[in-house]
Amino acid sequence: MSPLHLCLALSAALFCTGLVAVLVRGNAILVLLGVELMLNAANLNFIAFWRFGPGGGEAGLVFVLFSIAVAAAEAAVGMALVIAVHRHLRTIRVAAANRLKG
Amino acid sequence: MTLLLAILALVCLVPAVAAVLVRNLIHSALLFVLAWLGLAAFYLAVGAEFIAFAHALVYVGGVSMVVLFAVLLTRPGRESALPAPSAQRALGGLVAVSLVASMLGSSIFWTRLPSVEPTPPVPLRRLGELLAGPYLVALLLVGLILTVALIGGLLLAAPRRPSEGGDA
Repeated sequence: MSPLHLCLALSAALFCTGLVAVLVRGNAILVLLGVELMLNAANLNFIAFWRFGPGGGEAGLVFVLFSIAVAAAEAAVGMALVIAVHRHLRTIRVAAANRLKG
Repeated sequence: MTLLLAILALVCLVPAVAAVLVRNLIHSALLFVLAWLGLAAFYLAVGAEFIAFAHALVYVGGVSMVVLFAVLLTRPGRESALPAPSAQRALGGLVAVSLVASMLGSSIFWTRLPSVEPTPPVPLRRLGELLAGPYLVALLLVGLILTVALIGGLLLAAPRRPSEGGDA
């Protein structure tokens, strides 16, 4: 098993774990953490193809930096949304927040 | 090399799976921290040192704190354990995830990937030159996005009328 295959397999496993968190668990915080995990899987793919893939170049590394920054912004906004939903509905179950009206 | 990477992959993957499966939300958040640390170690072993430290700083230092605060602020009254997901939802989710997993796994393992020499690691100086040169506009835009996101997060999470002190 080459290192590239190993990186891609880990990335796929992380993505599927995040997908389980998003689809199966109904908790808004866990949904956000699952999305973060899927973003990490994408970052790992960038790193893997930068290091072990053909072509070379440094664009993969720089992409991961920007991706981490955007993921941090997403986490901040997401957690603010979770807190706002909790204040309105007194629950953070995703299924309970099914109306746009505040 | 491959053995080290495999061990680190397990170190990263086991806490992630456990975090998704445990019932207690705080345990879940702490297990996510372990998974992120494992991923940082994986980056370090692959040769992306700066990314590893940036990842550890942002996730283990920043995102985990935000998550823990959100967990503590939105705690349900008495019971801290979450209700179990409904069987129908769990079944549908698992079917979807197994389909995605089989697609990803088969496409990864049946693709003949070229085996080339690993790219040498990028020195930090070169990364700084890249960020300050060709990617300068993107860097500034990311800073703008972060600022707007943080201000938006504050506006979303703050009470509607702070002068009256009442929750909306």
